[in-house]
Amino acid sequence: MAVNTKTSLKKRDSDLANINKQMEILNGEPFSNGELPSFAKKIKDTTDQFPLRPKKLEIIQVNVGYMCNQVCAHCHVDAGPDRKEIMTRETMDKIVEVIKTTGAHTLDLTGGAPEMNPDFRYFVEQAGAAGIKDFIVRSNLTIIRANPKYHDLPDFFKKHNVHVVSSMPHWTRGKTDKQRGDGVFDKSIKALQELNERGYGMPGSDLKLDLVYNPSGAYLPGDQASMEKEMKAALLEDFNIQFHNLFAITNLPIARFLDYLVASENYEDYMYALVDAYNPAAVENVMCTNTISISWDGWLYDCDFNQMLDLKIDNKIQHIDDYNEDLINNRKIQISQHCYGCTAGAGSSCQGVVA
Amino acid sequence: MDKTYYDPKDLRKFGKITEWSEELGTKFFDYYGQVFEEGELTAREKSLIALAVSHAVHCPYCIDAYTGDALKRGITKGEMMEAVHVAGAIQAGATLVHGVQMMNKVNKLEM
Repeated sequence: MAVNTKTSLKKRDSDLANINKQMEILNGEPFSNGELPSFAKKIKDTTDQFPLRPKKLEIIQVNVGYMCNQVCAHCHVDAGPDRKEIMTRETMDKIVEVIKTTGAHTLDLTGGAPEMNPDFRYFVEQAGAAGIKDFIVRSNLTIIRANPKYHDLPDFFKKHNVHVVSSMPHWTRGKTDKQRGDGVFDKSIKALQELNERGYGMPGSDLKLDLVYNPSGAYLPGDQASMEKEMKAALLEDFNIQFHNLFAITNLPIARFLDYLVASENYEDYMYALVDAYNPAAVENVMCTNTISISWDGWLYDCDFNQMLDLKIDNKIQHIDDYNEDLINNRKIQISQHCYGCTAGAGSSCQGVVA
Repeated sequence: MDKTYYDPKDLRKFGKITEWSEELGTKFFDYYGQVFEEGELTAREKSLIALAVSHAVHCPYCIDAYTGDALKRGITKGEMMEAVHVAGAIQAGATLVHGVQMMNKVNKLEM
């Protein structure tokens, strides 16, 4: 079913722009009437990991702002050109200080389109120099072609040895454009070719280029390895494009994807599908156990999804101003029914499957 | 219309058939699960066959289930519709090939 994909929920003044309303839906039927078990009950009954707690911190994920050149139908951030939440240089500097001493091996920049933050390049330069093993930028690809000022991004990424992770829901035009907007497919293909030309994604290359697949609708992703094989063959044959890994990520019922589920009357079936596919083995490696997520204004969250639901970490320290890795690593992870999205099937995280 | 024979929500309850006959139900679901595993046919090929057969046996639950399964596997709309045409063609063929029996009978009966 087609839903409004032109503007953010916030801009539309939609009910679901209100986080409390989203939580109300996630805590309502079919969970409140006992038809389906809450996520807390499920992990309590099926694992020895309740309450869920962090393990060793491996990934610091930074959301540098919600502004984006695209308005994707499934976006859990409710990002778009009208979103003005943007990380300041001051907050970036505080994060760079954290990176100098962190035990995490990966820094993961996301958004919105992180490149639209006016201090994006400053941050990459500073954070890159601060020393981190794996430096990821989640680029939506079209940004590279969106405006001449972004055309040199592939060279900039290469210069700083940035690991590029990009969304590419399907190798056929129709599905990509339906989810992400008209013209997205052609621009993405062109951007991928430019990245390949610089060595990104080529076999044996150290310039890592991974793609992300999100289902274009109310269904769960299929087997990651099979889809990677198919997408590699199709992109190579049709466009001479190569990439390293495909991450299949389940859409979580948050923000615009939740709006779509409710509007298309798929919400209940989708929650049943997530609960049916619950895999206790995925709970063990769920990403909130090795990640900390930092918002544009410096608040700390267990993951980017909790950030969008404003479920701050359950700790005395909740802001980058007071960051202390040992203290924040001793906390209970905030959970709700959206967490079923990360434990369905082979599990799902920003790095793909987990089980 | 308030009542219909089919309720989409009943698909979720499929597993409950085991409650009234545990041994047979369990055997069926074990068999069912094994049939759809990767074998000499891929799970993807089996999913498309299941989609086509779902149409042939006019099973709305199966159509819902295997349409969702096809999307999940990245099977395109074109592939899905071609599979349904295979079912349609076989059904049409099955009707029409009986025309030979009709012709035989006519030829036998007529002088």
